[in-house]
Amino acid sequence: MADLSVNFCGIKAPNPFWLASAPPTDKAYNVIRAFEAGWGGVVWKTLGEDPPAVNVSSRYSATYGKNREVIGFNNIELITDRSLELNLQEITEVKKAWPDRAIVVSLMLPCEEHYWADILPKVEATGADGIELNFGCPHGMPERGMGSAVGQVPEYVELVTSWCKKHSKLPVIVKLTPNITDIRKPARAAKAGGADAVSLINTINSITSLDLDRMVAFPIVGGASTHGGYCGPAVKPIALNMVAEIARDPETRGLPISGIGGIGNWKDAAEFIALGAGCVQVCTAAMLHGFRIVQEMKDGLERWMDSKGYKTLDDFMGKAVPNTTDWKYLDMNYKSIAQIDQDNCIKCGRCYVACEDTSHQSIFQLVDEASGDRTYEVNKEECVGCNLCEITCPVQGCITMVAVPTGKPYMNWTQDPRNPRAELKETA
Amino acid sequence: MIEALKYIPQPKATNDELAGHFTDLAPPLTPRQAAIESSRCLYCYDAPCTRICPTGIDVASFIRNIHDRNVNGAAVTILQQNILGGSCARVCPTEILCEDACVRNHDDEGQPVKIGLLQRYALDNCTLEGHPFQRAPSTGKKVAVVGAGPAGLSCAHRLAMLGNDVVIYEALEKSGGLNEYGIAKYKLTDNFAQKEVDFLLGIGGIEVRHGQKLGDNLHLKDLKAQYDAVFLGLGLGASRALGLTGEDAPGLMAAVDYISELRQADDLSKLPVPRRAIVIGAGNTAIDMAVQIQRLGAEEVTLVYRRGVEDMSATHHEQEIAKANYVRMVTWAQPQQVLVDEAGRVRGMRFERTMLDGTRLVGTGVTFEVTADAVFKAIGQSMQASTLADPLATMLKRDGDKIHVDAGFRTVLPGIYAGGDCVAPGQDLTVQAVEHGKLAAHAIHTDIQSKVRAA
Repeated sequence: MADLSVNFCGIKAPNPFWLASAPPTDKAYNVIRAFEAGWGGVVWKTLGEDPPAVNVSSRYSATYGKNREVIGFNNIELITDRSLELNLQEITEVKKAWPDRAIVVSLMLPCEEHYWADILPKVEATGADGIELNFGCPHGMPERGMGSAVGQVPEYVELVTSWCKKHSKLPVIVKLTPNITDIRKPARAAKAGGADAVSLINTINSITSLDLDRMVAFPIVGGASTHGGYCGPAVKPIALNMVAEIARDPETRGLPISGIGGIGNWKDAAEFIALGAGCVQVCTAAMLHGFRIVQEMKDGLERWMDSKGYKTLDDFMGKAVPNTTDWKYLDMNYKSIAQIDQDNCIKCGRCYVACEDTSHQSIFQLVDEASGDRTYEVNKEECVGCNLCEITCPVQGCITMVAVPTGKPYMNWTQDPRNPRAELKETA
Repeated sequence: MIEALKYIPQPKATNDELAGHFTDLAPPLTPRQAAIESSRCLYCYDAPCTRICPTGIDVASFIRNIHDRNVNGAAVTILQQNILGGSCARVCPTEILCEDACVRNHDDEGQPVKIGLLQRYALDNCTLEGHPFQRAPSTGKKVAVVGAGPAGLSCAHRLAMLGNDVVIYEALEKSGGLNEYGIAKYKLTDNFAQKEVDFLLGIGGIEVRHGQKLGDNLHLKDLKAQYDAVFLGLGLGASRALGLTGEDAPGLMAAVDYISELRQADDLSKLPVPRRAIVIGAGNTAIDMAVQIQRLGAEEVTLVYRRGVEDMSATHHEQEIAKANYVRMVTWAQPQQVLVDEAGRVRGMRFERTMLDGTRLVGTGVTFEVTADAVFKAIGQSMQASTLADPLATMLKRDGDKIHVDAGFRTVLPGIYAGGDCVAPGQDLTVQAVEHGKLAAHAIHTDIQSKVRAA
């Protein structure tokens, strides 16, 4: 079987599945249960200055799919509401009992050096493997000048990171907020500040839904609500892109990345790793299903790696990064068209109406006059290969996009004679 | 009181116990089940379920509305195509219509979406205030509808909606036709037929006169003279005869007559229930009869059909219901003789084995007897001869015993229309009768209006 162990910026763990800093890692009881279930590491829920934060009642809300499966999850919970002393004591005990698992301590403090200088030796004394700087929490804490209020200002990111490097020998992971226009900026700042790694994404500002009778958003606290942080499967695409942006940015290339955002199974994890993540952090999936999900995640990842001949995570880490590029470097001569497997087609007509109404009128609806039966066929001359029919088709594998040889060589937009800004032509 | 079976004992079970055997055959969906089931609909375009539905209900749309918790929207989507959508949700053979056509009725997809139950869910759970449709400004026209069954009711409703006034003439005490008198009790429970009629009449402009029987105290020529148009939704009131001696013997009766008594009975324990019963026929009525008499307590119920299982007009689903209710099905046998005891009462039947000679069904000469205390015939219905006996009515062109109509449900007599089971096209389904009535109403309205314009 494949070896799932990781050495992430010097932090060793038996597998890449870590629990993100969040309610599941709030205290020893949960973390011990997580380790018993097989998690490779945890990022302990964010510690702050005493007195600890105070939370409101009614903290989560969600957005649902057709079968009430949770697609997106939103929370307005703050950082730990337990005393620093208690947390440090529990971290010490758990690390001692579980020396092979990674324990990273998440921290959030005001942007003044003395706070950091004060807390870092205490954290180091617990025996924890590293620290993660919570520059991402988008709700509540930014109003107090912390969390994403720091992550949104690259100069602060660099400054605080450098203080942590100065006052601690532990590896420093900077957790980035996605509530920013260009994720590369804070990543570069973290690197400039000496960060050993970045982790992303933290949650995204969100309002999931409303109670239209009471005219108030969820979660409802008394009669009002506030925006929360969005996570779960819905944010995975955003997270994957941000991870890829950092992985392929020449300025941050090689900076270890802990991938976070909507990871619920082994395939999600493999995708993050293929885009450059060295380990992954999970929260929502565990909160919805319990810690046991790590079993299937590990098993699935191992078996997939075995099937591909990958012996270690390094064998495929970042393998999809070179294939992630700017639009202008895509091959203008590539052509694919839809192909409908008539044997698998259930005649729902979704591909037809989607293409007819909103795309390129490239699917024929053929009506058998005698039986009234409908058949759907691709108009190969008109099909632009947009993938819409394949996406809306409810039968997996019924519509496939088939590459059509054009006989033409690779030509990107910078080389394309149709490019009106040909004078700005770049080379690939 | 059922005259033909008056000497047959009554069940030992109490009315309450028996009523327990006639609760919903297919229980309604709970909100959770409806949410799950509605999520299975793929929202097909040009959906086959809608194409096959005789009334053309936009199935994908109403199911999407259910899923989006717009149950009232779902209900109106159904009702605008089929004002008797509630009873059709219960009695439609969905297994040969929408659910058969469903793209998920496919091995890989598991099973079709439960369209019938979802339709029922929408109509059972909607909270519409008042009648959902408004009448158009009055046309000043008056139309007579004969028969308050599904075809007549549907026609009357649509005519009223288009601004016409309607008088329905109904022979029986209650409206609803087969929904009230003919459908198996466990398919339409809780007096649903009457509730639905009340809802339908809620549009206004429709008057129902009961005890009015065409060919008896009501005559087509009078209606023609008094109204701007006449719609005949007569149904098929006569049960076909076996054509055997002894057909009048006590113990032998038409299944529809028994079912009618059963449906109207206040106390099921007062019904005569034979210990052993034979049902002759292979349609849904035969199955309904066999299953209901079994549920009333008959110990041996034998359904006999002259051809094979694959020729039965009862759907596979119906046949399964019969099997699940311990009905013995005997095929390839035709009635030869009614067997009677000394008192002249039915004691059984002799059947002759049949076979196909080419395409012709022939007797093999081999016979067998089935002992029974009662025989119920369910070999089809036909037009009651007396109904269309008046001089004008006799001029109606007929296809066999059914009334000939064109695509607009016009008979050969101007101003006289017909639909439902009494006309030639179709499979004698409730949902089809509803569509006939609806289409006829549009034809009537258009014809009257074009006459107005021409004048």
